[in-house]
Amino acid sequence: MPSIEARDLTKRYGSFAALSNLNLKIEGAKCVGFLGPNGAGKTTTLKIFTDLIRASSGQALINGVDVHKEKKKALDPCGVLIETPEIYPALTPREALSMISEIRGVPRQERAKRVEAVVAEVKMEEWMDKKVGKFSKGMKQRINVATALLTDPDIVLLDEPTTGLDPRGQAEVRDIVKSLKQKNRLVFMSSHLLNEVSEVCDEVAMIDHGKLLVYDTLTSVTEKFTQDGGEVEVHVDLLKDIDDKTLSSQVSPIAGVVSAEKVAARTLRIRMTGGLDDQSRLLSELVTLKIGVVSFRPSTSRLEDTYLKMIKDTL
Amino acid sequence: MTVTKYELLNYFRSRRFFVLLIIGLLISGLLTAVVGYYRPSSFVDNVLGFYASWWGSSQLATLVIILSGIFFGGDAISGEFQNKTGYYLVPNPLRRSSIYVGKWLAAFSASLIIIAEFAFITMANGFYYFGLNVPTQFGYSLLLAAMYLAAVLGFTFFFSSLFKSSSMSILVTAILFLFAFTLIQTLIVSLVKIEPWFMLTYGSDTIANVLQDQYPQHVTTGHIRGPESPIATVYNVTIPEGVAIMVAYFIVTGILGLVLFERKEFT
Repeated sequence: MPSIEARDLTKRYGSFAALSNLNLKIEGAKCVGFLGPNGAGKTTTLKIFTDLIRASSGQALINGVDVHKEKKKALDPCGVLIETPEIYPALTPREALSMISEIRGVPRQERAKRVEAVVAEVKMEEWMDKKVGKFSKGMKQRINVATALLTDPDIVLLDEPTTGLDPRGQAEVRDIVKSLKQKNRLVFMSSHLLNEVSEVCDEVAMIDHGKLLVYDTLTSVTEKFTQDGGEVEVHVDLLKDIDDKTLSSQVSPIAGVVSAEKVAARTLRIRMTGGLDDQSRLLSELVTLKIGVVSFRPSTSRLEDTYLKMIKDTL
Repeated sequence: MTVTKYELLNYFRSRRFFVLLIIGLLISGLLTAVVGYYRPSSFVDNVLGFYASWWGSSQLATLVIILSGIFFGGDAISGEFQNKTGYYLVPNPLRRSSIYVGKWLAAFSASLIIIAEFAFITMANGFYYFGLNVPTQFGYSLLLAAMYLAAVLGFTFFFSSLFKSSSMSILVTAILFLFAFTLIQTLIVSLVKIEPWFMLTYGSDTIANVLQDQYPQHVTTGHIRGPESPIATVYNVTIPEGVAIMVAYFIVTGILGLVLFERKEFT
Protein backbone atom coordinates (compact mmCIF):
# COMPACT_ATOMS: atom_id res chain seq x y z
CA MET A 1 0.00 0.00 0.00
CA PRO A 2 1.59 3.34 -1.01
CA SER A 3 2.28 5.73 1.84
CA ILE A 4 3.90 9.02 2.67
CA GLU A 5 4.66 10.11 6.19
CA ALA A 6 5.99 13.27 7.79
CA ARG A 7 7.44 12.42 11.18
CA ASP A 8 8.13 15.42 13.45
CA LEU A 9 9.12 17.28 10.32
CA THR A 10 10.61 20.67 11.10
CA LYS A 11 12.17 23.27 8.85
CA ARG A 12 13.70 26.44 10.22
CA TYR A 13 15.14 29.44 8.42
CA GLY A 14 17.04 31.18 11.20
CA SER A 15 14.47 31.89 13.90
CA PHE A 16 11.52 31.41 11.53
CA ALA A 17 9.92 27.98 11.60
CA ALA A 18 8.42 27.19 8.19
CA LEU A 19 7.41 23.77 9.48
CA SER A 20 7.01 22.85 13.09
CA ASN A 21 6.92 19.18 14.10
CA LEU A 22 4.58 18.19 11.31
CA ASN A 23 3.17 14.71 11.77
CA LEU A 24 1.08 13.39 8.92
CA LYS A 25 0.66 9.85 7.63
CA ILE A 26 -1.23 9.16 4.41
CA GLU A 27 -1.74 5.58 3.30
CA GLY A 28 -3.53 3.87 0.48
CA ALA A 29 -4.99 4.78 -2.86
CA LYS A 30 -6.65 8.13 -2.46
CA CYS A 31 -6.33 11.79 -3.28
CA VAL A 32 -5.42 14.09 -0.42
CA GLY A 33 -5.68 17.85 -0.76
CA PHE A 34 -3.06 19.85 1.10
CA LEU A 35 -4.47 23.24 2.01
CA GLY A 36 -3.22 26.32 3.75
CA PRO A 37 -2.62 30.03 3.18
CA ASN A 38 0.51 31.42 1.54
CA GLY A 39 3.55 30.68 3.68
CA ALA A 40 1.75 27.97 5.64
CA GLY A 41 4.39 25.36 4.81
CA LYS A 42 2.72 23.38 2.00
CA THR A 43 5.46 23.79 -0.59
CA THR A 44 8.15 23.44 2.08
CA THR A 45 6.68 20.05 3.00
CA LEU A 46 6.56 18.89 -0.61
CA LYS A 47 10.09 20.16 -1.27
CA ILE A 48 11.42 18.14 1.66
CA PHE A 49 9.65 15.05 0.28
CA THR A 50 11.41 15.59 -3.05
CA ASP A 51 14.94 16.45 -1.86
CA LEU A 52 14.72 20.05 -3.04
CA ILE A 53 15.34 21.18 0.53
CA ARG A 54 16.45 19.43 3.71
CA ALA A 55 14.49 19.18 6.94
CA SER A 56 16.04 20.80 10.02
CA SER A 57 14.83 17.78 11.96
CA GLY A 58 12.38 14.93 11.58
CA GLN A 59 11.85 12.54 8.71
CA ALA A 60 10.07 12.48 5.39
CA LEU A 61 9.22 8.89 4.52
CA ILE A 62 7.89 7.51 1.26
CA ASN A 63 6.76 3.90 1.54
CA GLY A 64 8.72 3.88 4.80
CA VAL A 65 11.97 4.99 3.13
CA ASP A 66 13.66 8.18 4.34
CA VAL A 67 13.98 10.60 1.40
CA HIS A 68 17.07 12.21 2.86
CA LYS A 69 18.95 8.96 3.47
CA GLU A 70 17.84 6.91 0.45
CA LYS A 71 16.67 9.39 -2.12
CA LYS A 72 16.81 7.02 -5.11
CA LYS A 73 14.77 4.31 -3.42
CA ALA A 74 12.32 6.73 -1.84
CA LEU A 75 11.54 8.72 -4.99
CA ASP A 76 11.50 5.73 -7.33
CA PRO A 77 7.73 5.15 -7.03
CA CYS A 78 6.90 8.87 -7.21
CA GLY A 79 5.80 11.24 -9.92
CA VAL A 80 6.54 14.79 -8.88
CA LEU A 81 5.56 18.29 -9.87
CA ILE A 82 6.82 21.05 -7.58
CA GLU A 83 6.05 24.68 -8.42
CA THR A 84 6.52 25.36 -12.14
CA PRO A 85 9.78 23.71 -13.21
CA GLU A 86 11.58 24.94 -16.29
CA ILE A 87 12.79 22.45 -18.86
CA TYR A 88 16.05 23.03 -20.76
CA PRO A 89 14.79 25.45 -23.41
CA ALA A 90 16.65 23.86 -26.32
CA LEU A 91 15.04 20.46 -25.72
CA THR A 92 11.73 19.30 -27.17
CA PRO A 93 9.09 17.62 -24.99
CA ARG A 94 10.05 14.29 -26.58
CA GLU A 95 13.70 14.79 -25.55
CA ALA A 96 12.93 16.17 -22.08
CA LEU A 97 10.60 13.29 -21.33
CA SER A 98 13.03 10.77 -22.81
CA MET A 99 15.70 12.14 -20.47
CA ILE A 100 13.47 11.61 -17.44
CA SER A 101 12.41 8.15 -18.64
CA GLU A 102 16.09 7.19 -19.00
CA ILE A 103 16.87 8.56 -15.54
CA ARG A 104 13.93 6.65 -14.12
CA GLY A 105 14.98 3.43 -15.81
CA VAL A 106 12.07 2.96 -18.20
CA PRO A 107 13.10 0.07 -20.50
CA ARG A 108 14.43 1.35 -23.85
CA GLN A 109 11.73 -0.40 -25.93
CA GLU A 110 8.95 1.21 -23.86
CA ARG A 111 10.31 4.75 -23.70
CA ALA A 112 8.96 6.18 -26.95
CA LYS A 113 5.54 4.66 -26.33
CA ARG A 114 5.34 5.98 -22.77
CA VAL A 115 6.46 9.45 -23.81
CA GLU A 116 3.87 9.62 -26.58
CA ALA A 117 1.15 8.34 -24.25
CA VAL A 118 1.69 10.95 -21.53
CA VAL A 119 2.08 13.78 -24.05
CA ALA A 120 -1.25 12.71 -25.55
CA GLU A 121 -2.76 12.65 -22.06
CA VAL A 122 -1.95 16.35 -21.62
CA LYS A 123 -2.96 17.06 -25.24
CA MET A 124 0.40 18.33 -26.44
CA GLU A 125 0.99 15.92 -29.34
CA GLU A 126 1.29 18.74 -31.87
CA TRP A 127 4.12 20.27 -29.87
CA MET A 128 6.03 17.07 -29.29
CA ASP A 129 9.04 18.08 -31.42
CA LYS A 130 9.07 21.84 -30.86
CA LYS A 131 11.60 23.45 -28.52
CA VAL A 132 10.25 24.00 -25.01
CA GLY A 133 11.83 27.48 -24.89
CA LYS A 134 9.06 28.72 -27.20
CA PHE A 135 6.22 27.41 -25.02
CA SER A 136 3.85 29.46 -22.87
CA LYS A 137 3.77 28.90 -19.12
CA GLY A 138 0.62 26.80 -19.44
CA MET A 139 2.13 24.61 -22.15
CA LYS A 140 5.23 24.03 -20.05
CA GLN A 141 3.04 23.10 -17.11
CA ARG A 142 1.26 20.52 -19.25
CA ILE A 143 4.62 18.95 -20.06
CA ASN A 144 5.49 19.04 -16.36
CA VAL A 145 2.26 17.19 -15.58
CA ALA A 146 3.15 14.67 -18.30
CA THR A 147 6.57 14.24 -16.70
CA ALA A 148 4.98 13.47 -13.33
CA LEU A 149 2.88 10.75 -14.96
CA LEU A 150 5.65 9.32 -17.12
CA THR A 151 6.41 6.16 -15.16
CA ASP A 152 2.82 5.49 -14.12
CA PRO A 153 3.87 6.12 -10.50
CA ASP A 154 2.17 4.70 -7.41
CA ILE A 155 2.53 8.02 -5.61
CA VAL A 156 2.02 11.43 -7.19
CA LEU A 157 3.14 14.59 -5.39
CA LEU A 158 1.70 17.74 -6.92
CA ASP A 159 2.27 21.31 -5.82
CA GLU A 160 -0.48 23.51 -7.23
CA PRO A 161 -0.52 21.57 -10.50
CA THR A 162 -3.03 23.83 -12.26
CA THR A 163 -0.91 26.98 -11.82
CA GLY A 164 -0.59 28.81 -15.11
CA LEU A 165 -3.19 26.70 -16.89
CA ASP A 166 -6.25 28.10 -18.61
CA PRO A 167 -9.68 26.87 -17.43
CA ARG A 168 -9.68 24.04 -19.96
CA GLY A 169 -6.19 23.00 -18.87
CA GLN A 170 -7.26 23.11 -15.22
CA ALA A 171 -10.27 20.89 -15.96
CA GLU A 172 -8.05 18.46 -17.86
CA VAL A 173 -5.60 18.22 -14.95
CA ARG A 174 -8.49 17.59 -12.59
CA ASP A 175 -9.65 14.79 -14.88
CA ILE A 176 -6.14 13.35 -14.89
CA VAL A 177 -6.06 13.37 -11.08
CA LYS A 178 -9.46 11.71 -10.98
CA SER A 179 -8.22 9.02 -13.37
CA LEU A 180 -5.21 8.44 -11.09
CA LYS A 181 -7.61 7.76 -8.24
CA GLN A 182 -9.35 5.16 -10.37
CA LYS A 183 -5.98 3.52 -10.98
CA ASN A 184 -5.49 3.19 -7.21
CA ARG A 185 -2.73 5.76 -6.91
CA LEU A 186 -1.94 7.91 -3.90
CA VAL A 187 -2.13 11.57 -4.89
CA PHE A 188 -0.96 14.26 -2.48
CA MET A 189 -1.78 17.64 -3.92
CA SER A 190 -1.41 21.14 -2.58
CA SER A 191 -3.76 23.74 -3.96
CA HIS A 192 -5.23 27.16 -3.32
CA LEU A 193 -8.31 26.24 -5.29
CA LEU A 194 -10.82 24.87 -2.82
CA ASN A 195 -13.33 23.93 -5.50
CA GLU A 196 -10.62 21.90 -7.17
CA VAL A 197 -9.84 20.08 -3.92
CA SER A 198 -13.55 19.53 -3.24
CA GLU A 199 -13.98 18.07 -6.69
CA VAL A 200 -11.08 15.65 -6.80
CA CYS A 201 -9.91 14.88 -3.26
CA ASP A 202 -11.17 12.29 -0.80
CA GLU A 203 -9.29 13.65 2.17
CA VAL A 204 -7.92 17.00 3.17
CA ALA A 205 -4.99 18.12 5.33
CA MET A 206 -4.93 21.73 6.43
CA ILE A 207 -1.78 23.44 7.55
CA ASP A 208 -1.03 26.90 8.87
CA HIS A 209 2.09 28.45 10.37
CA GLY A 210 3.87 25.16 9.73
CA LYS A 211 1.47 23.18 11.90
CA LEU A 212 -1.11 20.63 10.89
CA LEU A 213 -4.60 21.82 11.80
CA VAL A 214 -6.64 18.89 10.63
CA TYR A 215 -6.37 15.75 8.52
CA ASP A 216 -9.51 13.79 7.81
CA THR A 217 -11.92 12.87 5.06
CA LEU A 218 -13.44 15.80 3.23
CA THR A 219 -16.89 14.94 4.54
CA SER A 220 -15.77 14.61 8.17
CA VAL A 221 -13.85 17.88 8.12
CA THR A 222 -16.68 19.90 6.62
CA GLU A 223 -19.34 18.18 8.74
CA LYS A 224 -17.40 18.79 11.91
CA PHE A 225 -16.95 22.46 11.33
CA THR A 226 -20.39 23.27 10.01
CA GLN A 227 -21.99 21.32 12.84
CA ASP A 228 -19.88 23.21 15.36
CA GLY A 229 -22.05 26.31 14.92
CA GLY A 230 -20.86 27.13 11.41
CA GLU A 231 -23.32 29.07 9.32
CA VAL A 232 -24.02 28.43 5.66
CA GLU A 233 -25.55 30.93 3.31
CA VAL A 234 -27.94 29.46 0.78
CA HIS A 235 -29.36 31.12 -2.30
CA VAL A 236 -32.78 29.92 -3.42
CA ASP A 237 -34.24 30.85 -6.81
CA LEU A 238 -38.02 30.68 -7.19
CA LEU A 239 -40.36 30.25 -10.10
CA LYS A 240 -42.72 32.97 -8.86
CA ASP A 241 -42.64 36.02 -6.57
CA ILE A 242 -42.79 35.37 -2.85
CA ASP A 243 -44.56 37.72 -0.46
CA ASP A 244 -43.14 38.94 2.84
CA LYS A 245 -45.82 37.17 4.87
CA THR A 246 -44.93 33.74 3.46
CA LEU A 247 -41.27 34.48 4.07
CA SER A 248 -41.71 35.48 7.70
CA SER A 249 -44.40 33.02 8.66
CA GLN A 250 -43.33 29.92 6.76
CA VAL A 251 -39.66 30.11 5.74
CA SER A 252 -38.03 31.86 8.71
CA PRO A 253 -39.47 29.46 11.34
CA ILE A 254 -37.93 26.36 9.67
CA ALA A 255 -35.52 24.70 12.09
CA GLY A 256 -31.90 25.78 11.59
CA VAL A 257 -32.75 28.95 9.66
CA VAL A 258 -31.01 31.93 11.22
CA SER A 259 -32.36 34.53 8.81
CA ALA A 260 -34.25 34.63 5.55
CA GLU A 261 -34.51 37.63 3.27
CA LYS A 262 -35.51 38.52 -0.26
CA VAL A 263 -32.61 39.52 -2.47
CA ALA A 264 -34.99 39.98 -5.41
CA ALA A 265 -38.63 39.21 -6.00
CA ARG A 266 -37.80 35.60 -6.85
CA THR A 267 -34.54 35.08 -4.97
CA LEU A 268 -34.06 34.31 -1.29
CA ARG A 269 -30.93 34.43 0.82
CA ILE A 270 -31.15 32.09 3.79
CA ARG A 271 -28.54 31.80 6.50
CA MET A 272 -28.70 28.50 8.31
CA THR A 273 -26.71 26.32 10.69
CA GLY A 274 -26.02 22.63 10.37
CA GLY A 275 -24.51 20.16 7.98
CA LEU A 276 -25.50 18.50 4.75
CA ASP A 277 -28.45 16.72 6.38
CA ASP A 278 -29.86 20.03 7.57
CA GLN A 279 -29.46 21.51 4.10
CA SER A 280 -31.31 18.54 2.65
CA ARG A 281 -34.09 18.93 5.20
CA LEU A 282 -34.40 22.67 4.50
CA LEU A 283 -34.69 22.01 0.78
CA SER A 284 -37.40 19.40 1.37
CA GLU A 285 -39.38 21.78 3.56
CA LEU A 286 -39.09 24.61 1.03
CA VAL A 287 -40.41 22.27 -1.67
CA THR A 288 -43.26 21.26 0.61
CA LEU A 289 -44.21 24.94 0.92
CA LYS A 290 -44.93 24.93 -2.85
CA ILE A 291 -43.24 28.28 -3.38
CA GLY A 292 -41.72 27.10 -6.68
CA VAL A 293 -38.11 26.27 -5.81
CA VAL A 294 -36.01 26.28 -9.00
CA SER A 295 -32.50 26.13 -7.54
CA PHE A 296 -30.90 25.77 -4.14
CA ARG A 297 -27.19 26.50 -3.80
CA PRO A 298 -24.83 27.32 -0.94
CA SER A 299 -23.08 30.62 -1.69
CA THR A 300 -19.69 29.22 -0.72
CA SER A 301 -18.54 25.62 -0.71
CA ARG A 302 -18.59 23.83 2.60
CA LEU A 303 -14.86 23.29 2.29
CA GLU A 304 -14.36 27.01 1.82
CA ASP A 305 -16.45 27.72 4.92
CA THR A 306 -14.39 25.21 6.87
CA TYR A 307 -11.13 26.58 5.51
CA LEU A 308 -11.99 30.18 6.34
CA LYS A 309 -13.11 29.23 9.81
CA MET A 310 -9.99 27.20 10.52
CA ILE A 311 -7.51 29.68 9.15
CA LYS A 312 -9.26 32.58 10.88
CA ASP A 313 -9.11 30.64 14.13
CA THR A 314 -5.34 30.39 13.93
CA LEU A 315 -4.66 34.08 13.35
CA MET B 1 25.59 9.54 -18.64
CA THR B 2 21.96 10.46 -19.32
CA VAL B 3 22.44 13.91 -17.81
CA THR B 4 25.63 14.37 -19.87
CA LYS B 5 23.89 13.32 -23.08
CA TYR B 6 20.97 15.72 -22.77
CA GLU B 7 23.08 18.55 -21.34
CA LEU B 8 25.32 18.24 -24.39
CA LEU B 9 22.30 18.28 -26.65
CA ASN B 10 21.19 21.47 -24.91
CA TYR B 11 24.68 22.97 -25.38
CA PHE B 12 24.83 22.05 -29.07
CA ARG B 13 21.57 23.87 -29.69
CA SER B 14 22.51 26.87 -27.59
CA ARG B 15 23.77 30.19 -28.87
CA ARG B 16 26.78 30.16 -26.57
CA PHE B 17 28.24 27.04 -28.18
CA PHE B 18 28.13 28.63 -31.62
CA VAL B 19 29.41 31.95 -30.28
CA LEU B 20 32.44 30.13 -28.87
CA LEU B 21 32.96 28.21 -32.11
CA ILE B 22 32.87 31.52 -34.00
CA ILE B 23 35.25 33.17 -31.50
CA GLY B 24 37.65 30.24 -32.02
CA LEU B 25 37.34 30.61 -35.78
CA LEU B 26 37.86 34.38 -35.64
CA ILE B 27 40.98 34.11 -33.47
CA SER B 28 42.39 31.36 -35.67
CA GLY B 29 41.47 33.19 -38.87
CA LEU B 30 43.09 36.41 -37.69
CA LEU B 31 46.26 34.59 -36.68
CA THR B 32 46.32 32.70 -39.98
CA ALA B 33 46.07 35.97 -41.88
CA VAL B 34 48.70 37.80 -39.80
CA VAL B 35 51.21 34.92 -39.93
CA GLY B 36 50.54 34.35 -43.63
CA TYR B 37 51.07 38.01 -44.48
CA TYR B 38 53.98 39.00 -42.22
CA ARG B 39 55.62 35.57 -41.89
CA PRO B 40 57.28 36.34 -38.51
CA SER B 41 60.47 34.36 -38.02
CA SER B 42 59.38 32.98 -34.67
CA PHE B 43 56.54 31.24 -36.52
CA VAL B 44 58.09 30.14 -39.78
CA ASP B 45 61.72 29.34 -38.92
CA ASN B 46 61.17 25.87 -37.47
CA VAL B 47 58.30 23.55 -36.74
CA LEU B 48 58.56 23.57 -32.92
CA GLY B 49 58.85 27.37 -32.92
CA PHE B 50 55.67 27.53 -35.00
CA TYR B 51 53.67 25.44 -32.53
CA ALA B 52 55.25 27.22 -29.55
CA SER B 53 54.31 30.63 -30.92
CA TRP B 54 50.85 29.74 -32.20
CA TRP B 55 49.64 27.48 -29.39
CA GLY B 56 51.90 28.42 -26.47
CA SER B 57 53.40 31.84 -26.13
CA SER B 58 50.47 33.62 -27.80
CA GLN B 59 48.43 32.47 -24.76
CA LEU B 60 45.54 31.88 -27.15
CA ALA B 61 45.11 28.24 -26.15
CA THR B 62 44.73 29.17 -22.48
CA LEU B 63 42.36 31.99 -23.46
CA VAL B 64 40.17 29.54 -25.40
CA ILE B 65 40.22 27.18 -22.39
CA ILE B 66 39.24 29.95 -19.99
CA LEU B 67 36.45 31.18 -22.27
CA SER B 68 35.10 27.63 -22.59
CA GLY B 69 35.24 27.21 -18.82
CA ILE B 70 33.33 30.44 -18.29
CA PHE B 71 30.77 29.79 -21.04
CA PHE B 72 30.02 26.19 -20.11
CA GLY B 73 30.82 26.06 -16.41
CA GLY B 74 29.99 29.57 -15.19
CA ASP B 75 26.28 28.97 -14.77
CA ALA B 76 26.11 25.19 -15.04
CA ILE B 77 24.95 24.80 -11.44
CA SER B 78 23.69 28.29 -10.54
CA GLY B 79 21.45 28.16 -13.63
CA GLU B 80 19.65 25.16 -12.15
CA PHE B 81 18.58 27.41 -9.28
CA GLN B 82 18.02 30.68 -11.08
CA ASN B 83 16.25 29.24 -14.14
CA LYS B 84 14.39 26.65 -12.04
CA THR B 85 15.53 23.80 -14.30
CA GLY B 86 16.65 22.08 -11.10
CA TYR B 87 12.98 21.63 -10.19
CA TYR B 88 12.68 19.39 -13.24
CA LEU B 89 15.80 17.34 -12.68
CA VAL B 90 16.47 17.11 -8.92
CA PRO B 91 13.17 15.57 -7.70
CA ASN B 92 13.94 12.36 -9.57
CA PRO B 93 15.45 9.16 -8.16
CA LEU B 94 18.91 10.41 -9.01
CA ARG B 95 21.77 11.46 -6.72
CA ARG B 96 22.74 15.10 -6.86
CA SER B 97 26.33 13.97 -7.37
CA SER B 98 25.21 12.23 -10.59
CA ILE B 99 23.71 15.50 -11.81
CA TYR B 100 26.89 17.41 -10.90
CA VAL B 101 29.24 14.92 -12.54
CA GLY B 102 26.97 14.58 -15.57
CA LYS B 103 26.89 18.32 -16.11
CA TRP B 104 30.65 18.58 -15.58
CA LEU B 105 31.30 15.90 -18.20
CA ALA B 106 29.01 17.69 -20.65
CA ALA B 107 30.82 21.00 -20.08
CA PHE B 108 34.19 19.24 -20.46
CA SER B 109 33.13 17.55 -23.71
CA ALA B 110 31.68 20.76 -25.19
CA SER B 111 34.86 22.66 -24.23
CA LEU B 112 37.03 19.94 -25.77
CA ILE B 113 35.23 20.46 -29.08
CA ILE B 114 36.06 24.17 -28.98
CA ILE B 115 39.70 23.45 -28.11
CA ALA B 116 39.84 20.74 -30.79
CA GLU B 117 38.66 23.31 -33.33
CA PHE B 118 41.51 25.65 -32.34
CA ALA B 119 44.05 22.78 -32.31
CA PHE B 120 42.86 21.56 -35.70
CA ILE B 121 43.36 25.01 -37.28
CA THR B 122 46.77 25.26 -35.59
CA MET B 123 47.77 21.91 -37.11
CA ALA B 124 46.32 22.85 -40.51
CA ASN B 125 48.57 25.91 -40.56
CA GLY B 126 51.48 23.79 -39.34
CA PHE B 127 50.89 21.34 -42.22
CA TYR B 128 50.88 24.25 -44.65
CA TYR B 129 54.25 25.57 -43.49
CA PHE B 130 56.03 22.36 -42.42
CA GLY B 131 54.11 19.42 -43.86
CA LEU B 132 52.78 16.56 -41.75
CA ASN B 133 55.56 16.93 -39.20
CA VAL B 134 53.80 17.49 -35.85
CA PRO B 135 56.24 17.65 -32.90
CA THR B 136 55.63 15.28 -30.00
CA GLN B 137 55.72 18.28 -27.65
CA PHE B 138 52.46 19.51 -29.20
CA GLY B 139 50.81 16.26 -28.09
CA TYR B 140 52.10 16.84 -24.52
CA SER B 141 50.87 20.41 -24.66
CA LEU B 142 47.41 19.21 -25.74
CA LEU B 143 47.34 16.80 -22.80
CA LEU B 144 48.33 19.58 -20.39
CA ALA B 145 45.67 21.80 -21.98
CA ALA B 146 43.05 19.12 -21.29
CA MET B 147 44.25 18.96 -17.66
CA TYR B 148 44.06 22.73 -17.38
CA LEU B 149 40.54 22.63 -18.81
CA ALA B 150 39.55 20.07 -16.17
CA ALA B 151 40.94 22.31 -13.43
CA VAL B 152 39.30 25.45 -14.84
CA LEU B 153 35.94 23.66 -15.06
CA GLY B 154 36.36 22.35 -11.52
CA PHE B 155 36.89 25.91 -10.41
CA THR B 156 34.01 27.39 -12.43
CA PHE B 157 31.65 24.65 -11.21
CA PHE B 158 32.69 25.45 -7.65
CA PHE B 159 31.80 29.12 -8.11
CA SER B 160 28.65 28.13 -9.92
CA SER B 161 27.64 26.08 -6.86
CA LEU B 162 28.49 28.95 -4.56
CA PHE B 163 26.10 31.44 -6.16
CA LYS B 164 22.43 31.16 -7.01
CA SER B 165 22.66 33.89 -9.61
CA SER B 166 24.02 32.83 -13.00
CA SER B 167 25.31 36.29 -13.92
CA MET B 168 27.15 36.58 -10.61
CA SER B 169 28.91 33.23 -10.99
CA ILE B 170 29.85 33.96 -14.61
CA LEU B 171 31.11 37.45 -13.72
CA VAL B 172 33.20 36.29 -10.77
CA THR B 173 34.85 33.44 -12.69
CA ALA B 174 35.50 35.72 -15.68
CA ILE B 175 37.15 38.39 -13.51
CA LEU B 176 39.23 35.79 -11.65
CA PHE B 177 40.55 33.99 -14.72
CA LEU B 178 40.88 36.88 -17.13
CA PHE B 179 42.41 39.46 -14.74
CA ALA B 180 42.73 38.65 -11.06
CA PHE B 181 44.80 35.46 -11.14
CA THR B 182 47.39 36.91 -13.54
CA LEU B 183 47.58 40.11 -11.51
CA ILE B 184 47.94 38.26 -8.21
CA GLN B 185 50.62 35.98 -9.71
CA THR B 186 52.62 38.98 -10.95
CA LEU B 187 52.33 40.73 -7.58
CA ILE B 188 53.39 37.63 -5.66
CA VAL B 189 56.51 37.15 -7.78
CA SER B 190 57.55 40.81 -7.91
CA LEU B 191 56.64 41.95 -4.40
CA VAL B 192 56.63 38.92 -2.12
CA LYS B 193 59.32 37.20 -4.22
CA ILE B 194 58.06 33.65 -3.72
CA GLU B 195 57.18 30.98 -6.22
CA PRO B 196 53.40 31.16 -6.94
CA TRP B 197 53.01 27.37 -6.71
CA PHE B 198 49.46 27.79 -5.40
CA MET B 199 48.17 29.64 -8.48
CA LEU B 200 46.35 27.70 -11.18
CA THR B 201 47.51 30.11 -13.87
CA TYR B 202 51.12 29.35 -12.83
CA GLY B 203 50.48 25.65 -13.38
CA SER B 204 49.03 26.39 -16.82
CA ASP B 205 52.37 27.85 -17.95
CA THR B 206 53.44 24.25 -18.67
CA ILE B 207 51.18 24.31 -21.77
CA ALA B 208 53.52 26.88 -23.38
CA ASN B 209 56.77 25.83 -21.70
CA VAL B 210 56.60 22.25 -22.95
CA LEU B 211 56.77 23.60 -26.50
CA GLN B 212 60.12 25.32 -25.90
CA ASP B 213 63.21 23.89 -27.56
CA GLN B 214 64.64 23.41 -24.10
CA TYR B 215 62.30 23.41 -21.13
CA PRO B 216 63.03 26.66 -19.20
CA GLN B 217 65.02 26.49 -15.96
CA HIS B 218 62.89 26.31 -12.82
CA VAL B 219 64.40 29.41 -11.22
CA THR B 220 66.51 32.04 -12.95
CA THR B 221 67.95 35.17 -11.39
CA GLY B 222 69.39 38.09 -13.24
CA HIS B 223 69.24 41.76 -14.11
CA ILE B 224 66.04 42.84 -15.82
CA ARG B 225 67.74 45.15 -18.40
CA GLY B 226 71.39 46.04 -17.98
CA PRO B 227 73.96 45.43 -15.22
CA GLU B 228 72.72 48.57 -13.45
CA SER B 229 69.09 47.44 -13.27
CA PRO B 230 67.72 45.58 -10.22
CA ILE B 231 68.06 41.83 -9.92
CA ALA B 232 64.87 39.85 -10.46
CA THR B 233 63.96 36.21 -9.97
CA VAL B 234 61.85 34.42 -12.60
CA TYR B 235 60.01 31.22 -11.73
CA ASN B 236 59.13 28.67 -14.37
CA VAL B 237 56.80 25.93 -13.31
CA THR B 238 58.18 22.41 -13.81
CA ILE B 239 55.99 19.81 -15.50
CA PRO B 240 55.43 17.68 -12.35
CA GLU B 241 54.69 20.85 -10.41
CA GLY B 242 52.27 22.11 -13.08
CA VAL B 243 50.48 18.76 -13.26
CA ALA B 244 50.24 18.66 -9.44
CA ILE B 245 48.80 22.18 -9.31
CA MET B 246 46.18 21.42 -11.96
CA VAL B 247 45.23 18.07 -10.43
CA ALA B 248 45.02 19.61 -6.97
CA TYR B 249 42.77 22.42 -8.21
CA PHE B 250 40.57 19.94 -10.06
CA ILE B 251 40.17 17.66 -7.02
CA VAL B 252 39.79 20.32 -4.33
CA THR B 253 37.39 22.61 -6.22
CA GLY B 254 35.52 19.59 -7.60
CA ILE B 255 34.89 18.21 -4.11
CA LEU B 256 34.03 21.62 -2.65
CA GLY B 257 31.62 22.37 -5.50
CA LEU B 258 29.96 18.98 -5.12
CA VAL B 259 29.55 19.41 -1.36
CA LEU B 260 28.02 22.87 -1.91
CA PHE B 261 25.60 21.51 -4.50
CA GLU B 262 24.63 18.61 -2.24
CA ARG B 263 23.81 21.02 0.57
CA LYS B 264 22.21 23.78 -1.45
CA GLU B 265 18.45 24.20 -1.19
CA PHE B 266 15.89 25.11 -3.80
CA THR B 267 14.14 27.76 -1.72
